Amino acid sequence: MQYEIIVVGGGHAGCEAALASARKNHKTLLITSNIKNIADMACNPSIGGSAKGVVVREIDALGGEMGKNTDKAQIQIKMLNYKKGPAVQALRAQADKITYPKEMLNTLQKQPNLEILEAMVEDLIVEDNTVKGVILENGNKISSEIVILTTGTYMKADILVGSTRTPSGPHGERPSQHLSDNLVKLGFSIIRLKTGTPPRIAKDSIDFSKTKVEKGDNIHRVFSFDNVPNYKIEDQVDCHFVYTNEKAHQIIHDNLHKASMYGALDDVKGIGPRYCPSIEDKVVRFSDKKSHQLFLEPESLYYDDIYLQGFSTSMPHDIQEQMVHSIEGLENAKILKYAYAIEYDAIYPTQLKQSLETKLIKNLYTAGQINGTSGYEEAACQGLIAGINAALQLEGKEPLILKRNEAYIGVLIDDLVTKGIRDPYRLLTSRAEYRLLLRHDNADLRLREYGYQVGLINKEQYQRLLDKKSKIKELENILKNTIITPKKTINEYLLSIGSTELKDATSLYDLLKRPEITIEKLKTFINIDYDDEIIEQVEINNKYEGYISKTMKEVNKMLHLEKKLIPEDINYDKVPNIASEARQKLKEVRPTTIGQALRISGVNPTDISILTVYLRKEYHYD
Amino acid sequence: MEDTIAAISTALGVGAISIIRVSGNEAIPIVNKIFKGKNLEKVPSHTINYGHIVNGEKVIDEVLVSVMRAPKTFTSEDTVEINCHGGIAPTNKILELLLSNGCRLADPGEFTKRAFLNGRIDLIEAEGVMDLINSKTEQARNLAINQLSGKVSSLIRNLRQEIIEILANIEVNIDYPEYEDIEELTNQKLVPKIEKVKEEIKKIIKESENGKIIKEGIKTVIVGRPNVGKSSILNKLINEEKAIVTEIEGTTRDIVEGSVNINGIILNIIDTAGIRKTEDIVEKIGVSKSLELIDKADLILYVLNNNQKLTDDDRVILEKIKNKNHIIIINKIDLENKLDIKELENRQIVYMSAINNEGIDDLKQKIKEIFNLEKIMTSDFTYLTNARSISLLKQCLKVIKEIEDGINQNNSIDMIEIDIKRVWSLLGEIIGETYDEELIDQIFKQFCLGK
Repeated sequence: MQYEIIVVGGGHAGCEAALASARKNHKTLLITSNIKNIADMACNPSIGGSAKGVVVREIDALGGEMGKNTDKAQIQIKMLNYKKGPAVQALRAQADKITYPKEMLNTLQKQPNLEILEAMVEDLIVEDNTVKGVILENGNKISSEIVILTTGTYMKADILVGSTRTPSGPHGERPSQHLSDNLVKLGFSIIRLKTGTPPRIAKDSIDFSKTKVEKGDNIHRVFSFDNVPNYKIEDQVDCHFVYTNEKAHQIIHDNLHKASMYGALDDVKGIGPRYCPSIEDKVVRFSDKKSHQLFLEPESLYYDDIYLQGFSTSMPHDIQEQMVHSIEGLENAKILKYAYAIEYDAIYPTQLKQSLETKLIKNLYTAGQINGTSGYEEAACQGLIAGINAALQLEGKEPLILKRNEAYIGVLIDDLVTKGIRDPYRLLTSRAEYRLLLRHDNADLRLREYGYQVGLINKEQYQRLLDKKSKIKELENILKNTIITPKKTINEYLLSIGSTELKDATSLYDLLKRPEITIEKLKTFINIDYDDEIIEQVEINNKYEGYISKTMKEVNKMLHLEKKLIPEDINYDKVPNIASEARQKLKEVRPTTIGQALRISGVNPTDISILTVYLRKEYHYD
Repeated sequence: MEDTIAAISTALGVGAISIIRVSGNEAIPIVNKIFKGKNLEKVPSHTINYGHIVNGEKVIDEVLVSVMRAPKTFTSEDTVEINCHGGIAPTNKILELLLSNGCRLADPGEFTKRAFLNGRIDLIEAEGVMDLINSKTEQARNLAINQLSGKVSSLIRNLRQEIIEILANIEVNIDYPEYEDIEELTNQKLVPKIEKVKEEIKKIIKESENGKIIKEGIKTVIVGRPNVGKSSILNKLINEEKAIVTEIEGTTRDIVEGSVNINGIILNIIDTAGIRKTEDIVEKIGVSKSLELIDKADLILYVLNNNQKLTDDDRVILEKIKNKNHIIIINKIDLENKLDIKELENRQIVYMSAINNEGIDDLKQKIKEIFNLEKIMTSDFTYLTNARSISLLKQCLKVIKEIEDGINQNNSIDMIEIDIKRVWSLLGEIIGETYDEELIDQIFKQFCLGK
């Protein structure tokens, strides 16, 4: 074997996969078609956001790179949903499109055990349903124990603009023309997906006086649990927003037939993301809305492109000019790059195990957009998990499978492999039924332990986690054991801070349950000298105890069902009396637990009852 | 952690004793909550304990309770069996109490299924159990569909639609906080929406209770001081309809003295034996007994004598029946008016002279109005006997109370949403819809977003 693990593709999934594998001391090769496109941010210039920001923290907790790299590259950072509850807060950063890939490439190049090769992979070496390596465009073969495919949108990619279709990846890069056909030959079913990107506009051609400004937070923020803030608040760049108007909508209506998706091309098969409609989709579907909000986001400190978020389109260039110029503030805007739609091949993700190994071919893993997801963060976290699990497989260990109550990453992978996809999959907080547990603030408490176990978190980092946990416990105990009584001075203080008088002796912990009381306000009773992150955890656990215990009740129900394993060799054709739709879905997904089986749409509780009875009878199943 | 399930395991209303079986982790603590006697959580396993089932202070029935701890039970789970006096009302009442204290109504065959799954039944029996599960669930499924035909399922669907729109709005605020052109749903804006949902659920429950009326009749009690004409009113009502005056064992253990058919709805006049024989309920058995009767009744006919002034006893009872369905009958209008009706403002009043056959039709008309009988008869009420649905609806009201508490404590909306989602899925359970992509679809249908 030339390598232990080969990673095909150098995007966000590929980088994490390669780093995880190499850091776990496996000889790793990363193959990319263009080394300049390592960790390229092909679309929006931001990292994080609702749900996604939590994923970046989870990646960091497990020992991945995205959080640390974003901290190096961010030019504006803010906490979203700051005024809402802790369960929905998430960081979002504008990341510099020059700095981000540069820093990531630097990290990869410095990483021992990791080599990078510039080449195009067009086929796999497969023997006995086991992958043995890859075959390059020039026919050269490279052998390895494991292959991880992270090809992004590059499989049979076509760029669509108006009535033209051009085989091309983003930035005019060459796509891979044969890999997906070869995957079909191996038995995979492939689906065609589509996404789009908006125009980029020259900064100095925008009239910013007609826009509204969006600033970063004036509190320092970092993604990584290992970083301290290292930037100046005043250096944060601004974003802006503008609105479309009736004039713009009229132009779109008048030229609708010229858009690739509205008839200009008659062979568009790709299914676009529901959460990311083109501007023509928005105008058509929400015809009563007189205007749509658009965001102006700087791509880099080193060049002048402004990303016009919310304005992706497949209109021809001349119409794009008219559309952009109809917007207030963009009357004289100079378009530097035109918007386009891109169509590409992906693997239907129910063909994967929870570990991200394919069910068909042993030792073959896939991660990122090839699995039908969309977004840098979604890709990166899959890359990390695929890298970890590939390495664990080499080591003869059980894969790391995160549960839905443990991480957004677990929700994402479970959704993909259990429910499949209809359109490119994006994480949303609403996909996480236990999101109260999957918070931004506790990603380290949830996942660092796993990171340490798999060997991506070092002793020092782990010790910091243990210290944090014991301090949280310590502060909770102090508050529980400190009792105050309804003395006059105490009640006067409570009234003075807008609370109500005590009637009975109360522990500080119980007093903290009052909405108006914070730990800061308890400092008058007792000396409390703890870091903010400790105080935050104690406050959240205290204030949301009721909701957390409701969620835990649901979690326990789910976990009970997750413990009921389904044997790998089950033959669903032999299970009598299940509904035919359910049978077909069960055969397709091959769930590993009864809990997972229940989450498959089209499988109802009756089918599950019958299945459990069958398992009991045939497998002496408990 | 499986749910704790409960069901009546003897044929209803037949034997002298009914058995209600409860199985699951919470079986013992739940029964203990409604049991007055020994602390069941402390008694040894496989013991029979004497005591009472109570609803708060109120005694429901005298019972023997068997406590059997896992694993040596039929289901291999903690099991409690409540032996109560037969009869539909107390048995149902106990079941209802169990459901409202955290049990779930067992599906058909579920005890057997659990017994099987927990390894209590021989594997040879598996095929048989399988058939059972199949046939029962098919049946249950059909039953559920029939029970939910028409009006109520569309009511619940509409309700869920309203709730999912609320949820989608909350979710979109969370997932797309930077969009200024999407309305931010705040706690204040949530209040009227939740209030509306609550009122609609209450209405459905009320209509369900109407449905019960179709099935079980209206329990009616005639009360009043001696000599106001209660028995002649009763006789007029009964004679008019030529109803058979016998004891009918109805849905309660109360003696039904006579039944009157009004627009197809049976008016069951309860416990009138006492009234007829003594003509003297208030004096003989006292105000407290009257109150007990009033408590049980769906309708109270309170009779006053036109020829007499209101007494303090009258006032006590009038106050008690204020919030119940009741009609004030002012009898003996053929005599001189001495009754001052000022104190009867805002009450339903019927003037009558039972002796002269005057006012009986007015009374029937009033009853029709109060129970909306004409409407009831033309609506689709097949669903209304479904105890499971009603219990789920009542759970919804409990959760809505938690939502309101959350709003009052100014909890953030994404926390409150946890409870709103619970209401949504409880309603989904009623109509058998729990499709999880629904919410995500709604978000993108309702709001315009994108890159």
